[in-house]
Amino acid sequence: MSAASNESDNRKITISRQQLQEFFLRWEWLLVALIILVIIVNSRLSPFFLNSRNLMRATSDFVEMGLMILPMAFIIITGNIDLSVASMMAMCASFLGYLHLQGINIWVAAGAALLLGLLAGALNGFLVARLRLPSLVVTLGTFAFYRGMAYALLGDQAARGYPDSFTYLGQGTVGDIRFPVSAIILIALAIIFGLVLHKTIFGRYLYAIGNNEEAARYAGVPVARVKMTIFMLSGLMSALAGIIIAARFGSTRPDVGTGLELAVITATVLGGINIFGGSGSMIGAILALILIGLMRFGMGLVNVQGQVQSIAVGLLLIGSILLPNVIRLLSRQEWQARRGTVVAAASMATAMAFFIWFFFWSRIPLLTP
Amino acid sequence: MNATVPKAQESRSLFLTLVRFRELSIIIFIILLIVIVSWNTPAFFTTTNFRTILLNISILSIVALGQTMVIITRGIDLSVSSMIGLVAMMVSFTVVAFPSVSPPLAILLGMLLGAILGSFNGLIITIGKVPPIIATLGTLSVYRGMVFLYSGGTWINSFQMPAGYRALAKADPLGIPNIILFAAVVILVVYLFLNYTRPGRDIYAVGSNPEAANVAGIPVQRTIFMVYVISGLLAGLAAVLWASRFESAQTNTALGFELQTVAASVVGGVNIFGGSGTVVGVILGAFLLGTIQNALIMVRISPFWQLAAQGLLILAAVIVDSAILRRLQKLGGIGE
Repeated sequence: MSAASNESDNRKITISRQQLQEFFLRWEWLLVALIILVIIVNSRLSPFFLNSRNLMRATSDFVEMGLMILPMAFIIITGNIDLSVASMMAMCASFLGYLHLQGINIWVAAGAALLLGLLAGALNGFLVARLRLPSLVVTLGTFAFYRGMAYALLGDQAARGYPDSFTYLGQGTVGDIRFPVSAIILIALAIIFGLVLHKTIFGRYLYAIGNNEEAARYAGVPVARVKMTIFMLSGLMSALAGIIIAARFGSTRPDVGTGLELAVITATVLGGINIFGGSGSMIGAILALILIGLMRFGMGLVNVQGQVQSIAVGLLLIGSILLPNVIRLLSRQEWQARRGTVVAAASMATAMAFFIWFFFWSRIPLLTP
Repeated sequence: MNATVPKAQESRSLFLTLVRFRELSIIIFIILLIVIVSWNTPAFFTTTNFRTILLNISILSIVALGQTMVIITRGIDLSVSSMIGLVAMMVSFTVVAFPSVSPPLAILLGMLLGAILGSFNGLIITIGKVPPIIATLGTLSVYRGMVFLYSGGTWINSFQMPAGYRALAKADPLGIPNIILFAAVVILVVYLFLNYTRPGRDIYAVGSNPEAANVAGIPVQRTIFMVYVISGLLAGLAAVLWASRFESAQTNTALGFELQTVAASVVGGVNIFGGSGTVVGVILGAFLLGTIQNALIMVRISPFWQLAAQGLLILAAVIVDSAILRRLQKLGGIGE
């Protein structure tokens, strides 16, 4: 008995050392380091970066994205994806605007928008969970369908004239540092989602499904119900994002948030959540949101166009997976100078050099007067 | 009864039945659509209008075929729209700055630039081991950002373009607009490539079962690299045709087009999990998308409904597919 407990004690110590090691090698610390780096670089580049009022205003630009990242983390951890989040957001915001234009009370309209989001998510969930269709194709279809419904609702007009009590949700601030109300909503929800993911049985189910769906099913995980739930959550949160973005802009257009789904997925994956499912943490996803937000805000301050900023975000996304792989490849493999490899590398380098040269050379005649 | 039939053969015939059924069902759907719309709107069933439909789907068909090859290998290329935008801008800048560049040379330049962009995708995916959806999601924003970086936010309009370049897509020396001929040639070449050449068959083998393909001595990584280069090359060709047809190159050229190419493939019966898909199916898928788009305009349904209709079509296609597959599996006695 005492020997056994002694043994388990020993094991405990070794495990905790291993855990300690794992803790410090975690992806999240890399994100923290990158965030610190971005803050240092940006505060050198622009004196306006560390201005709290600017920071707070910039924060509200990323709340909608954050709201959609939370359920996206759940969905990606189960090995699925939801491409329709930005379309659901636009559809619900447009529905809200449409009802408002019909003279319906704004809070009733907001409730209806949330309900519509829940229904939209339920359709995704039904097709993925019950009919067992691939989520990529299903949400690609609803991506077009829901965005189309947004256009069908509002056409080329914009809904505006929301009451102040409503726009407060998106524009209101709290305290001297002007902390956005919408960011408080996001933080509260992030804590709830994080607790659900890491501290509840439901959260364990998500990882189980992502690691091996068949095994999870045999182990008694209600796979279909869990999937249904997370897609409905995604719809609900997208609707909330739609309400907040309508409140922030004070108007709604059907093209609101076009392409935002890619930004949401980028942040989630950059946060260390495995695109094939089974691993990742909520803190990572939130840190990635903060990193992307600070990068974009800093680049905006030094007048880098939004589209050029996305180059950095895209490179960060690829690099976050590419670099560890390449380092592993270089350290593990014995490099033999085979003729085929050399020829391939040389032609690739030539192509790359040609492209870079042509890229800069061919634009000169038209851009220099 | 079933025991006498080898399982692989059985599932193959099952698959062939599905493919034939799929192609047949798209044709029936297209015919129904044409009959119903022509009934209401005589202007729909005219040579001029079919010419318009073909013009509209030429570029889509070219890019969708590249997308199809990528999807067959279990990948996806979301960056096609940004490659089109970037190549269209670069080639248009070049022909405006150097009017001596002849249209055929512009086409070649576009294909070369597209192939290089595609090879970046291929490199990241094969050597870097980045999942295709992440890699091309990344290059989707990188290449689009490069359009802005390259052009400095300016664009090329119709007046700046040399006449030869503008005529490239629309001129019809053979009685049919060039752009349709380009699409026809690409369709034929891809058909022959996928069905009758070794690298073409390798694409299916890699998509059906990468491990088995590797054991069988098929260069898996090289094949995957190749499909991204081809996808880029076809996007580059489409880019030059796009700039010529719309007589402009803008920073938002082809924005969102990647989803249409995936839609054409999926509606055309290409399996999103790889291993199967036919050229005929994809062309029918593109034709169906084009016909619906055109029909909505002809019957004067608000253009705002178009996107919704497209989305419903994709959903209908996958739901019908899975229903048929399940039914066939039941009939064939193959349990899941």
